[in-house]
Amino acid sequence: MPYLDHASAAPLHPAAQAVLLAAYDEGWADPSRLHREGRRARALLDAAREQVAGLLGARPDELTFTSSGTTAIHIGLAGLLAGRARAGRHLVVSAVEHSAVLASADVHEAAGGTVARVGVDRAGSVDLAEMAAAVTPATAAVSLQHANHEVGTVQPVADVAQACAAVGVPLHVDAAQSVGRIPVDVGTLGASVLTASAHKWGGPPGVGVLVVRKGVRWRSTAPADEREAGRAAGYVDLPAVAAAAAALDAVLRESATEVTRLAPLVDRIRAEIPRRISDVEVVGDPMHRLPHLVTFSCLYVDGEALVTELDRRGISVSSGSSCTSSTLAPSHVLEAMGVLTHGNVRVSLGRGTTAADVEELLDVVPDVVGALRQSAAVEGR
Amino acid sequence: MSDEPALTVDTLGRRCPVPVIELAKHIGDVEIGDVVEVLSDDDASRVDIPVWCRMKGHCFLGSFPADVGVALHVRRQH
Repeated sequence: MPYLDHASAAPLHPAAQAVLLAAYDEGWADPSRLHREGRRARALLDAAREQVAGLLGARPDELTFTSSGTTAIHIGLAGLLAGRARAGRHLVVSAVEHSAVLASADVHEAAGGTVARVGVDRAGSVDLAEMAAAVTPATAAVSLQHANHEVGTVQPVADVAQACAAVGVPLHVDAAQSVGRIPVDVGTLGASVLTASAHKWGGPPGVGVLVVRKGVRWRSTAPADEREAGRAAGYVDLPAVAAAAAALDAVLRESATEVTRLAPLVDRIRAEIPRRISDVEVVGDPMHRLPHLVTFSCLYVDGEALVTELDRRGISVSSGSSCTSSTLAPSHVLEAMGVLTHGNVRVSLGRGTTAADVEELLDVVPDVVGALRQSAAVEGR
Repeated sequence: MSDEPALTVDTLGRRCPVPVIELAKHIGDVEIGDVVEVLSDDDASRVDIPVWCRMKGHCFLGSFPADVGVALHVRRQH
């Protein structure tokens, strides 16, 4: 029963499981209290912060734990825009950002700000010329993902960071899909603000990470709260935070061997799917991409029917297609790329994925696609 | 070669991938060089029909406003 949807949520890393249970015993007290139990909780929280910050190339006092990756994006961007309000009210994002970024942009626009949504090429890579033209000294902030969540394309973040730095504009990097998969270092990326999400790297759900670099003008837009240096309101889920830190540490220790193991499996899927299925497009950048994720679109097939049928056959994947879903709108990522929005399947591998899982996928998908096409009477057209 | 549609395929009210499937079924009903018009009110069609043309080697002429939804024009190339 292969689980091939690690980009949506990775199962809890065994290292995190042990820490999670221990932290429920030792880290239940309020870390801001001065008594023994509080100090013990504080020590756990400080250790987790130092560990995650260190692994991302940040200082501990630059890092805030939030209640999710989405929340980290919401408050990270809002704080950046508020901090830069005097410089300008123009926000630049790519057209293929996570919906948390695009929804933040909508809020900014509704509040009287302006937004440029920069296009991408067919591989999903942001248009650097258009991006550079959109960024001026009056730009409040730029938001660009490190890697795309639907197709795995790795964006030219360092180039965009350089363009931003040249005119003194802060850059938010959404690293939700890249942390634990490819090297992520705040300084190397040139990010002013960086966000990530623990359950994508094998930590528990409910832990987001917000890094605000020293010297970046950032102002909280939420009612004042003393927790997390005033950046994120509310009590952190300390056991989950401790477990997230342990998971990240473990995942990064394993990452070199995991990439070596998973990248050839993804390469095999990329090569075999078009060989075994007609009228299919593997989408995303063939070179600059995440090593554990591959997305393809099959002509004439309803993506959700495909996911449901694969699930019935014991294979869990996700789809950017929403032919029958309530949203009615096609995936904004696939649309911006100008690739098929229907018949879309995203396969993402992780810890525990075996070569046999991939062979099973390669055997089952052509069958399922063929059957769905046959029922629509389009096979061979 | 006329840009006027030789055939209209009405897929109003049908969700993706039905408009593309219907286009594929009916492209052979017109002569090479003739135009098929697909009426669609599904948002995915404005992306997927041009992509279908690219993948299958036909020519996408554009989408035009219709009473309901849009009319997408495709010229049969082979």
